[in-house]
Amino acid sequence: MEILQLAGIGLLATVLILIVREQKPVFAYMLAVFVGAAIFLELIGNIDSVVSMLEDLADRSGVPSVYLKTMLKVIGVAYIAEFAAQIVRDAGLESVAGKIEFAGKMLILVMAVPIIGVMIETVLNLLPA
Amino acid sequence: MNIEVSTIFQIAGIGIIVAMIHTVLKQMGKEDMAHWVTVIGFVVVLFMVVRLLNELFQEIKAIFLFQ
Repeated sequence: MEILQLAGIGLLATVLILIVREQKPVFAYMLAVFVGAAIFLELIGNIDSVVSMLEDLADRSGVPSVYLKTMLKVIGVAYIAEFAAQIVRDAGLESVAGKIEFAGKMLILVMAVPIIGVMIETVLNLLPA
Repeated sequence: MNIEVSTIFQIAGIGIIVAMIHTVLKQMGKEDMAHWVTVIGFVVVLFMVVRLLNELFQEIKAIFLFQ
């Protein structure tokens, strides 16, 4: 029952943050960052098994490994961008959070360009000359 | 999991104690000293948080195949 532990950590942290925020808002913010990172770190072990299962599946179905690698990288970038944007948003800097999300989208687009190229190539081959 | 929970309590404790010391020093009329205490406490907490963030990013890098 890992969810009970994670929810417990979240609730506990919320109470502590509310207490500390009265005195020192900076420490409350640091606590929020720490709890976010701790929960992510706890979850990432489970994601590991999903990723290895996907790799196995791609191996067996003969999908070129470049595609799976690109997909995993896209997921990783989305993960990091979302995490950072949420932390910055907690501090009340909505504009900076928006920029981080924009940077994440841009980098994902750049990584997806080769795959889009392959797709367009395939579609062009299907069309009668 | 245990280490993280105790670190959460540590950070909250540092925050409360620093706030207390800050108030006491302010009452004694040592404003500049009080500010230094806050800064040092902040650096200690920042060190803990950054270490965990580093661990998290290394883990993400390893799992999502960034090289």
